[in-house]
Amino acid sequence: MRQLIGLIPLIPLLSSVCLMLLGGRLPRLWIGLLGVGSVGLAALLTGLTAVDFLANPEPFQLTLWVWMQVGNFAPGVAFYFDGLTLVMMSVITGVGFLIHLFSTEFMEEDKSYARYFAYLNMFVAAMLILVMADNLLLLYLGWEGVGVCSYLLVGFWYQNSANGQAARKAFIVTRIGDTAMALGLFLLFTELGTLNIQALGVAANETWQVGDKLPLIACLLLLAGAVGKSAQLPLHTWLPDAMAGPTPVSALIHAATMVTAGVYLIARTHELYLLAPIAMIAVALVGLSTSLMAAFTALTQRDIKRILAYSTISQIGYMFLALGVGAWSAGVFHLMTHAFFKALLFLGSGAIIHCLHHEHDIFKMGGLRTRMPVTFWSFMIGSAALAALPMTSGFFSKDQILLQAYQVDGIGPWLWLGGLLGALLTAIYSFRLVFVVFFGKANTEPDRDTGWRMALPLSLLCALALFGGWIMLPVAEVFPTASGLHPAHWVEYVSIAVPIVGVVIAYLVFYSGQLRVDGLLNMPLMQSLQRFWYSGWGLDALYDRLFVRPYYALAALFKGEPVDAVYGLIVAINQTLNGWLAEGQSGQMRRYLISMVFGLIVVLAIMLGAF
Amino acid sequence: MDGLNIPLSHILLVSSLLFSVGMLGLMMRRNIIFILMSLEVMLNSTALAFVAAGAHWGQPDGQIVFMLILSVAAAEVAVGLGLVLQIQRRFKSLDMDNANRMQG
Amino acid sequence: MLMINLILILLVGGLLAMLSERFGSHVPRMVALAVVLLDLVYLLLALSGLPELGGLQAPVPGDPQTWLMHYRAEWIPAFGISFEFALDGISLLMVLLTLVLGAVAVSSSWTDVTTKCGFFEANLLWTLAGVLGVFMALDLFLFFLFWEVMLIPMYFMIAIWGHEQRAYAAMKFFIFTQASGLLMLVSVLTLATIHQSNTGVWSFSYFDLLNTQMAAQTAYWLMLGFFVAFVVKLPGFPFHTWLPDAHTQAPTAGSVILAGVLLKTGAYGLIRFAVPLFPEASIDFAPIALWLGAAGVVYGAVLAFAQTDFKRLIAYSSVSHMGFVLLGVYAWNQLALQGAVMQMVAHGFSTAALFMIAGSLQERLHTRDMREMGGLWHNMPRMGAVAMFFIIASLGLPGLGNFVAEFLVLLGLFQVDPWLTMIAALGLITGAAYSLLLMQRSFQGEPDESRRLNDFGTREMLTMALMMVALIGLGLYPQPVLDMAQPVLDGLLQFSATVVGGQL
Repeated sequence: MRQLIGLIPLIPLLSSVCLMLLGGRLPRLWIGLLGVGSVGLAALLTGLTAVDFLANPEPFQLTLWVWMQVGNFAPGVAFYFDGLTLVMMSVITGVGFLIHLFSTEFMEEDKSYARYFAYLNMFVAAMLILVMADNLLLLYLGWEGVGVCSYLLVGFWYQNSANGQAARKAFIVTRIGDTAMALGLFLLFTELGTLNIQALGVAANETWQVGDKLPLIACLLLLAGAVGKSAQLPLHTWLPDAMAGPTPVSALIHAATMVTAGVYLIARTHELYLLAPIAMIAVALVGLSTSLMAAFTALTQRDIKRILAYSTISQIGYMFLALGVGAWSAGVFHLMTHAFFKALLFLGSGAIIHCLHHEHDIFKMGGLRTRMPVTFWSFMIGSAALAALPMTSGFFSKDQILLQAYQVDGIGPWLWLGGLLGALLTAIYSFRLVFVVFFGKANTEPDRDTGWRMALPLSLLCALALFGGWIMLPVAEVFPTASGLHPAHWVEYVSIAVPIVGVVIAYLVFYSGQLRVDGLLNMPLMQSLQRFWYSGWGLDALYDRLFVRPYYALAALFKGEPVDAVYGLIVAINQTLNGWLAEGQSGQMRRYLISMVFGLIVVLAIMLGAF
Repeated sequence: MDGLNIPLSHILLVSSLLFSVGMLGLMMRRNIIFILMSLEVMLNSTALAFVAAGAHWGQPDGQIVFMLILSVAAAEVAVGLGLVLQIQRRFKSLDMDNANRMQG
Repeated sequence: MLMINLILILLVGGLLAMLSERFGSHVPRMVALAVVLLDLVYLLLALSGLPELGGLQAPVPGDPQTWLMHYRAEWIPAFGISFEFALDGISLLMVLLTLVLGAVAVSSSWTDVTTKCGFFEANLLWTLAGVLGVFMALDLFLFFLFWEVMLIPMYFMIAIWGHEQRAYAAMKFFIFTQASGLLMLVSVLTLATIHQSNTGVWSFSYFDLLNTQMAAQTAYWLMLGFFVAFVVKLPGFPFHTWLPDAHTQAPTAGSVILAGVLLKTGAYGLIRFAVPLFPEASIDFAPIALWLGAAGVVYGAVLAFAQTDFKRLIAYSSVSHMGFVLLGVYAWNQLALQGAVMQMVAHGFSTAALFMIAGSLQERLHTRDMREMGGLWHNMPRMGAVAMFFIIASLGLPGLGNFVAEFLVLLGLFQVDPWLTMIAALGLITGAAYSLLLMQRSFQGEPDESRRLNDFGTREMLTMALMMVALIGLGLYPQPVLDMAQPVLDGLLQFSATVVGGQL
């Protein structure tokens, strides 16, 4: 059984290659079967492996071949399987399968049906390789692979150049992080002589002391990679724009799996981070500040997908916070529950968009509660989990994160307070979405309700979002155990109460209208603050000024090829000399003769010794 | 060996004077006929030098070369006059400076 | 003899191709293809008879007997000039690459060249012959001869079958290569003279000239002569400016050969001659060369981003990619050198394919200006997908050949100079920027429904598939290539270490 895990990424990959080569000639049914079936099969195999692994939870390694060997640099195409891998693989194949199924209905009218599934399958394969890799180089392969698939899928509707713009932005911004990560890989290999993740942990503990400079630099470089991929400050700006892709893509790539790769990377290399406490604090601070920034921004957005995108950024911020405070398993737990409820929300929004003629503005929706009941309940459950209302899956994971953050020495309570503020905002913006879209008066009539291929994934994800909190993650062996201390009870009570307060506020403001905030909102300060938040804290404009435009200007400046001017100068000198000498060749016999005679006289004079 | 005995240097002086006259004519005249005439003068000045030298050394070579120069001059005049006709036809003038098509 | 035969087949084949035009304008193409394939098959058959290939041992640079093949015959004995050819792992790799890309180039001239087909194919084959000679000649005089031989037919290819500004581009190409080649000739002659005055024997043989003793100052200047010749060809910053013009104006097959093969002769020359002949001088010079390499990577990428001409953009991307080769060579350790060799091979395929796509676009649209393209994926989905593949390959996606190359170079460089690695790594980001811009402007965006364009046909798809398979193979299992180069590089590293007693 264990030897078969190599097949799990291979099946979607093969299916993707088939679809690329034959895509145009296959009937739609076949394309759908191939696309969904391959991921389904991968999910099935993952399930079987899980059963096998849980019976005998011993990590194992599978080397397919040595990728490249130069001296002692010999990374393999090799997989490592432990509890963390299992969790990630289950999320990818499980949620991935549901999203593929959903896509068959969502994309049924699209002309490029085969291309869509080819990309989507390739993404699943790359993501699986990312989480299964036993060395950082293979992980990097998956890492870049998912980046390219994300690029292809964001720009899937290539006819609109805005989509291409968004896709390029997504790729290039994450590439900045990826490049930093590659430098981290160089550093790790140069210092420790291996890229195998398990061996790195051992070698790092032997070579370095806690607080050394090198692990700090290495961890910060890896963090830069994680920040890029997971859309954290300051490299988050690509994610809201990436919503240009088809909505199931946003659900799979930009909510459930790819964007959490950064969390996975840090969790995977936690032994390095334990050697660099400052890097851990950096992770926590990045997470907390991102989560607050994105929550404020989500409050002001109007586009349903952008709200969800900022909410994703914010939730991944929580995961980073968890990792930064050493709550490794809580971070991974939140990763899983978030995959459930955020995929649910995105698919729900996809259903709305699908049935509402591609309408994205929430204020043009409204009253959909009775017209799209399945979607309504999906959104209710998803938002409840997102807001971390008690007993939903999000509640368990977020609660763990907040409690463990509280216990950190020194800054712990501050981190906890920040997290609470984020939780309050989360509850407000998620239920703002629910009340605006599903209650009130209807602004746009849906032209259909969801079919079974949409309804089934939604229902299953509802179940997972509700009860996923009860799943016990098999990661005890992977991470060092957290301290058994529990903070005072009031801390827990406050953590539970805050989201409920948020929901009540959202109810009062956006549903019953009993809490009037217009006066507050119309104050000049609040107005400009809203605009500031709406623009994503002005970071896009800032980067545009700081990097994009200077780069364009630089390119325009160099376009004329200044180096060539140097050679042009040589040419010019030669041409001038040529001009002078050519003067002498006037074509007039008499001048030639005169010069000849003068020459003769000079020669004769020299010969006669006159000079 | 009797009679008028002109020293060689006198004849060479006359010859070089003739040559210079021809060359100056070549350099200064623009009319192509005069250029041809100057050329003839130059050729004849050299021929004179040859004859004088031949007489001085008592050798026949000088006179042989004189014959050669004579025939060269005749041929040159033939070609030259042909060119003159062509130039007259093409440029409607005998100005040598008009024929400067070969400049670089 | 095998090595001479390889060259002779191409030379005679070129003549045949030229003469065969009288039977119809499509005949030369067939002849040319047949000749290149014959050469390839001949080489492969001969190789299968070599027992050493399996366990290549490290060829010692100074000892021809340890090489895979060695052939020597007198030519001008008075000056110690001989027909000396030798083959080791790296030359063999380059020869294989040359022949494969030669076939690709013939294929890309299939519909592109319509006038004087015979002479065109002849020039193509003669260029290939010159390149093979460069990769195999180990007599420095002979090497110089082949260096010139590959230049002149290439000049004709650009000057006769090029685009609008072909005369300018061909002249620029010729003057740059020729002037720098003459510098190399001066160096070669001086080196031989020094060797003669040291030992009393005239020789131009590589094996004799290694280890020539001379003053440090002299060595430095001679090394510069070689360096400039090779870096102009590479092309390295700041000697690259002939490349965009030559590439842009050359016919497709010319661009394919130019980018795929000719540029590699520069890299090969650096590894084979410039560094081993003058190891001490190269140490002194390495920091400057590394900076030039990094500058080339970034400068090429920035300029590629600014272009609106499809071919010119790819040409500048070559400048950027070959900067990695320069970095790899002068980092002079196992990882970086392997990366440089890998880059030579991988860049050969990816760029040749991109130039073929550019040529196909030019053939169909009669323009290379990307502002007049857009949405071509809609009109030509196959070509779009193929272009996407090669663009992604050229931006260095892991799993494809270029990534292995760039990663190894940077990894090796990091051990020498981490800060410079950071600068060179900027090339990865800027590389993504121009590659994706190329895709966006040509194939994505608003399609023009009124365009009626032929998509890639079978011949084109076959050629492309060959190169795709090659790049995927190089990316996922580069070991055969690495194994071929490994013993050679080990030998070189050992040699330079014994001469200077350390790393560059």
